[in-house]
Amino acid sequence: MTPTILEIIVLLPLVAALAIAIGAPARITSLIASFLVLGASLGTALNFDRNAEGVGNFAFQYFAGEQGGGHGRTILDIAGFPDISLAFGLDGISVVLMLLTAIVLLAAIWMSPREDKIEGSSKLYYICSLLIGGGAMGAFLSTDLFFLYAFHELALIPTFLMIGLFGNGADRVRTAWKTTIYLGVGSIILLVGLIAAVVNIGAESFDIPSLIAAAKDANLSGTVQMWIYLPLLIGFGILVSLFPFHSWAPDAYADAPTPVAMLHAGVLKKFGLYGLIRIGAPLFPEGAESLSHILLLLLACNIIVLGLVTIAQKRLDKMLGYSSVMHMGYVFLGIASGTHIGLVGAVVLMFAHGLSVALLFGLCGSLRERYGSLEFDKLGGVAKVIPEAGLLFGFAAFASIGLPGFTNFAAEVMVFFSGFQAYSAETGFTPLQWTTVFALWGVVISAVYMLRAYRNVFKGDLAEGLPAVSDLRWNEKLPIFLLLGTLLVTGFIPEILIKYVRPALEGLMIASGQ
Amino acid sequence: MPVYALEIIVVGIGLLMLMLDAFADLKDKRAIGYLGVIGLIAVFGLLFVVDRTSSDSPFWQFYSADGKSMFYKGIAVLTTLIVLLMAIDYSPVTIAQTAEPEEGAHPQAGLGEFFSLPLFTCAGLMWMASATHLVSIFVALETVTISFYVLVAYNRRNVGSLEAGVKYLILGALSTGFLVYGMAWLYGMTGSMQLSEIATKLQADGINETGALFAFALLLTAMAFKVGAVPFHQWIPDVYQGAPTPITAFLSVGSKAAGFIIFMRITALYLGNGYLVGKITLVLTILAILTLIVGNLAALPQSNFKRLLAYSSVAHAGFLLMAMASTPTETVAKSGESMSVGSVVSFYLGAYLLMTLLAFLVMTVIRASTSGESISSYAGIARTNPFLATALLFSMASLAGIPLTVGFFGKLFVFKLAFEQEQWILLACGIIGACAGFYYYLKIAASMFLSSPNEGETVPAIRVSPAAAICMVLLMAAIIYGGINPSLLLKLVG
Repeated sequence: MTPTILEIIVLLPLVAALAIAIGAPARITSLIASFLVLGASLGTALNFDRNAEGVGNFAFQYFAGEQGGGHGRTILDIAGFPDISLAFGLDGISVVLMLLTAIVLLAAIWMSPREDKIEGSSKLYYICSLLIGGGAMGAFLSTDLFFLYAFHELALIPTFLMIGLFGNGADRVRTAWKTTIYLGVGSIILLVGLIAAVVNIGAESFDIPSLIAAAKDANLSGTVQMWIYLPLLIGFGILVSLFPFHSWAPDAYADAPTPVAMLHAGVLKKFGLYGLIRIGAPLFPEGAESLSHILLLLLACNIIVLGLVTIAQKRLDKMLGYSSVMHMGYVFLGIASGTHIGLVGAVVLMFAHGLSVALLFGLCGSLRERYGSLEFDKLGGVAKVIPEAGLLFGFAAFASIGLPGFTNFAAEVMVFFSGFQAYSAETGFTPLQWTTVFALWGVVISAVYMLRAYRNVFKGDLAEGLPAVSDLRWNEKLPIFLLLGTLLVTGFIPEILIKYVRPALEGLMIASGQ
Repeated sequence: MPVYALEIIVVGIGLLMLMLDAFADLKDKRAIGYLGVIGLIAVFGLLFVVDRTSSDSPFWQFYSADGKSMFYKGIAVLTTLIVLLMAIDYSPVTIAQTAEPEEGAHPQAGLGEFFSLPLFTCAGLMWMASATHLVSIFVALETVTISFYVLVAYNRRNVGSLEAGVKYLILGALSTGFLVYGMAWLYGMTGSMQLSEIATKLQADGINETGALFAFALLLTAMAFKVGAVPFHQWIPDVYQGAPTPITAFLSVGSKAAGFIIFMRITALYLGNGYLVGKITLVLTILAILTLIVGNLAALPQSNFKRLLAYSSVAHAGFLLMAMASTPTETVAKSGESMSVGSVVSFYLGAYLLMTLLAFLVMTVIRASTSGESISSYAGIARTNPFLATALLFSMASLAGIPLTVGFFGKLFVFKLAFEQEQWILLACGIIGACAGFYYYLKIAASMFLSSPNEGETVPAIRVSPAAAICMVLLMAAIIYGGINPSLLLKLVG
């Protein structure tokens, strides 16, 4: 029963949460746990054998030692119900998301206020943050569909409590309810889709590779595939805030305490996209194909409609919330393109967006702590008082817009190229190309709202009536350096990520017969 | 030791407790309750070691000792055990509402019977789990029901409790009437009272199918009353609200489990006959749809916690009926074999026991120190009593069916059964019910964690007795363990 390294990575945050509940000091325990998680994740990523998979050989690496073969711990093995096992494994896609989760978790915990600065139970604050991070990690590393779903739900109640208890603004309880009901309903729709998938495929286990193989053998008709893919798309779509199911997200991120906004927008939201890439399209390629036009329309709305809504925002946190929703459109575009380069771009963009949005929400939290208000009208010229924060926010804004040098740029370029990879002169512009053209305008929209916000808050004359504040503390700067540094390194050398993602996606696409 | 010795032992413990109450000069009568707890722990242990071999003697026509019976005996013992623990913590309220005004009376008069009556109920429940003959079913059921009549009305200085007692008595007697009439019809149709013989006769050609269905309708009325299925659920909210809290817990778990095992036994009689199965499935589907919708939607606006749990108990009956209405038939044979309805229902009941008893245990402890039972009186409890709030949070999460709790597996199994039988309307109602449940269970969590208490209603820090605290920790651990690894519970289900 020796735990494998992946089990340790998933369980460490949960064990730390339990230790805090029993009486361990909250902040130190959480910090140590998340440092260890990051260290273990980096070590595992370096040990990951990128060439082992080869083309057409979709497989997880389990790092299991003795447990190989059976993969993980069987927990349910009865007649009449698919087998369930607690198994964690990695392929190139999950390596990238594991690193994202570990980095953002550490940054979020690090940027959390000290115990004595928290109103109410500081234990609960850190326990909830750890549960959200641990749940996301478990979801990305599970190779069993059951636990992939279950770990994601682990974050549900902690998010509810965090927004309701420690959130900002008078509306926080209402926001907590709204978010939780949206996410809960999304999860139930998703669950229906997953049960429909498992029953129709006639699967004998929840193990994802065997599900994919079984789905290929089952050879379901296009109509059946579409009817199963639809709840999956809606369920995952609600979790990722796909238009028109997005309205929970901006409020939630604006009202949530900083670590929750960082973890939720940065990491947890990627679960829906991960689900579509990992389960949706591989299990039901024809279903994905037949619904792709609807998805294209919705994602175009995400980018254009919500982009314009973002421009109209008058508060920094709301604006960041909407911008994070808007950027999901690009990832959906990569998925909808169905091409290899588009999917690679989508995965890299998930990583880049996760880091940049965590960075923005982290800085936004620091500003809120100093000035209390985040309305553009009341702020102005604060870079004169806190130049370091101003400089770092500028970097973060550039990353979010997608300027070259940041990972976002590399990823978005891949996504846009993928839109035209399928172009042929005979068919002319298909909906995919039209959507890509519109999506390109999104970059301009991003630049408009980001630069405008930057000018309003940081540049110009110092607004009157602002309290005197000090610049960023080391406890804020170091996690920001961590996020920004990763963005810059992988921005200049995106190959670090791509060489993990590319073979994995090739294997996945061939295994599912796309 | 033969299986039926267990029922005798339980009755014996109950009698011993009564004698102690009457003749021993005890300063603190809670000792009687602890005696019952220890006795039941011993009986629970014996469940795993008793001799289950049956013989040809006529006794075994009345009694079975298969895995399912043993599982339901376990449920009965465990429920009674926890109910006794609750009753011990609840004694201040019981004393206040039953005390004798006369001079010289024992200050705890009336407490002893409150501890010993559940033992007799428990014996009835255990007997019912094994009953395979219409007569033994009826006798066991009446043992349970009559002791419940007393227990529900036990707080005799409380009008609510008396009202609940009268309602339960009248409606319970009516449902017993239906039960006996149904049994008489079944006997008239088949000439037998032994369940396996009845099942054989019902499959034979030339059976009067209309008569058999009429018998089923009568029995269904009685069973639906016991498990609280809509439209036979009217008594549940009032009785649950009025009865002493430990007894509400007992009704909600013990009585429901007993109702479902009889329900399954009687439904199973008809499964051999293709024509009858179709009709019965239709009736059960309608019953399940009504129960799911009414139970879940009526729970939404409740502001009294006990009433909310009453409707939640109706809602869970809906999910259980959903499983029963998805009995695999030959017309829709999907992929391979599916789980048996019996084990799904039993698993769900086992899960329901863990989470409901935990909720009631916390509620009893809080009720003993405060006066309110409304949801708003739980406001801000998380600050003063983080342990109790966490325990209740676990219970609510599991009742709502959030993954990694045992309640999720219960719902997952039920939904998968319904999917395989292509019960689309039922599924849609189940989804609506699950979404609604999500809201009203979380409402409790929101009250505990997010609301601040009204002026002067702050709940003080409550000292939880060690026995109750251990019990809560065990129940929480069981809920999480069952949510990660349901194999153990499934193995017990058989």
